[in-house]
Amino acid sequence: MAMIEIKNLTKFFGAYKAVDDVSFTVKKGEILGFLGPNGAGKSTTMRMITGFIPPSAGTALIGGCDIIEDSLAAREKLGYLPENAPVYPDMTVVRYLDFCARIRGFVEPERSRKVEETLEKCFLTEVTYQSIDTLSKGFKQRVCFAQSILHDPEYLILDEPTDGLDPNQKHEVRQMIRQMSPQKVIILSTHILDEVDAVCSRAIIIANGRIVADATPDALRAQSPSHGAVCVTVGAAAPEPLIQQLTQIEGVKTTEVLAQSDGDLKLRVYPQSDTTVIADSVVASLMQGDVAVKSVFVEQGRLDEVFRNITSNSH
Amino acid sequence: MNKQSLRNVWAIYTRELAGYFGSPVAYVFIVIFLLLLGFFTFYVSNFFEFGQADLRGFFQWHPWVFVILVPAVAMRLWAEEQRLGTIELLLTFPVSLPQIMLGKFLSAWSFLGIALLLTFPMVFTVIYLGQPDMGGVISGYLGSFLLAGAFLSVGQMTSSMTRSQVVSFILAVVISLFLILAGYPPVNAVLNGWGAPMVLVNLISDLSFLTHFISMQKGIIDLRDVLYFASVIGFMLFAGAVVIQNRRIA
Repeated sequence: MAMIEIKNLTKFFGAYKAVDDVSFTVKKGEILGFLGPNGAGKSTTMRMITGFIPPSAGTALIGGCDIIEDSLAAREKLGYLPENAPVYPDMTVVRYLDFCARIRGFVEPERSRKVEETLEKCFLTEVTYQSIDTLSKGFKQRVCFAQSILHDPEYLILDEPTDGLDPNQKHEVRQMIRQMSPQKVIILSTHILDEVDAVCSRAIIIANGRIVADATPDALRAQSPSHGAVCVTVGAAAPEPLIQQLTQIEGVKTTEVLAQSDGDLKLRVYPQSDTTVIADSVVASLMQGDVAVKSVFVEQGRLDEVFRNITSNSH
Repeated sequence: MNKQSLRNVWAIYTRELAGYFGSPVAYVFIVIFLLLLGFFTFYVSNFFEFGQADLRGFFQWHPWVFVILVPAVAMRLWAEEQRLGTIELLLTFPVSLPQIMLGKFLSAWSFLGIALLLTFPMVFTVIYLGQPDMGGVISGYLGSFLLAGAFLSVGQMTSSMTRSQVVSFILAVVISLFLILAGYPPVNAVLNGWGAPMVLVNLISDLSFLTHFISMQKGIIDLRDVLYFASVIGFMLFAGAVVIQNRRIA
């Protein structure tokens, strides 16, 4: 039963409720994206799951081991990348990883092999003998990431794993996470919505300590007001007659002008409901007229719109 | 303790010890420690003029040198982890808090032990000058090592209370000073002068590091003194663990 079960996690800081009765289950093979505005309780939740701070109520089960009652056993199964990737600045990369390998119970000769392997996997071979305080932010982040996957844990908790990386490094880390995912349970927090699209199979949005959405990225996107809308660019000059023409089509709710320039007109046609397909009738209607259609596409909806809607409603 | 817990303590221990010797602070500390002790022994205690082949004039300064220098060794143990945020990783590793406490303490204690061993020319000097009571020298060193451990445990406890090394240092110096002065004869005389009952004065001075240290300097290894230092160390380590545990809740 490889899964992480979060049961009614609650955390008070004084009278302030940082995390409010959060429950969910993540199964093997899933990559759960943990989303939310700053201060929503993402890091606090992750710190409770990894046993760094004790919850005020509720608990987390890591592969059946209670993080409070059976903390050591649960922590053995976890790999954790904390926010801001803290690492000891006075150690060299290889020494640091060797220390982590010792802590994880590896003995020679397996220990050196593990360290070597991890250095390669995380593209750290060029800085093996460098002192960590001389490394750039991106390298530090990768050293800390290396630490979290060194013992090949079944459960990975990553708090903003791509923070501070350049686009290439981000791509590499995401690819690594995706490759590992079939054998693992992965929870990662992020505030980059593209990342959720790129790696996550499921997303949970939390705001003010509560879960406000729990779905696949596609399902979330479908909640966007622009989901299913048809965007057209035509070469006509006067928008009004065209808007009238398009709005009369069956299933169309409204039409709005997005941009108008150099004789190009960009329009967005909204359907009456999520499930109504209007692309064919819109195209047919445009072909009847004498406008030059330059481009047509159906919008998938945008995660940031959904994110904004959900997290600002809950205030 | 099973094998893995020993390995954990060892891993923490070697990391911390490498941390000491990896920074110039360690060497600066050792030099200052040796210079201070040399200065006090030869210029204040007048070691040569005293005309006795023993190390009493040397050991008697240890509490006063330790009270300033040991908190400096101890202050980074937890304060640095909290400032850097590395405590978050350390406490989520499959290592128990007592194991971490022990590993950190033992590494700093070994460091102090090494500094203490580097005073060996003093021993050679007295052996060259006369026939010292080697039993007294050994028990003096043992007492000094235990004393250093006691100061260190206080420093580790104050280090767990803050993310600032300076705050940790000052707190440790103040607490350690109290623990010395409670057994300092002039202070006890003042207490007597206030008309405090003898039992109370004795009780206070028995709680002091100094009382137990002085009897070991005389060449007496009393189990009670050893037990005293061991229990101070044990208590302070436990207190430090409680502080760390509680800081996580807040």
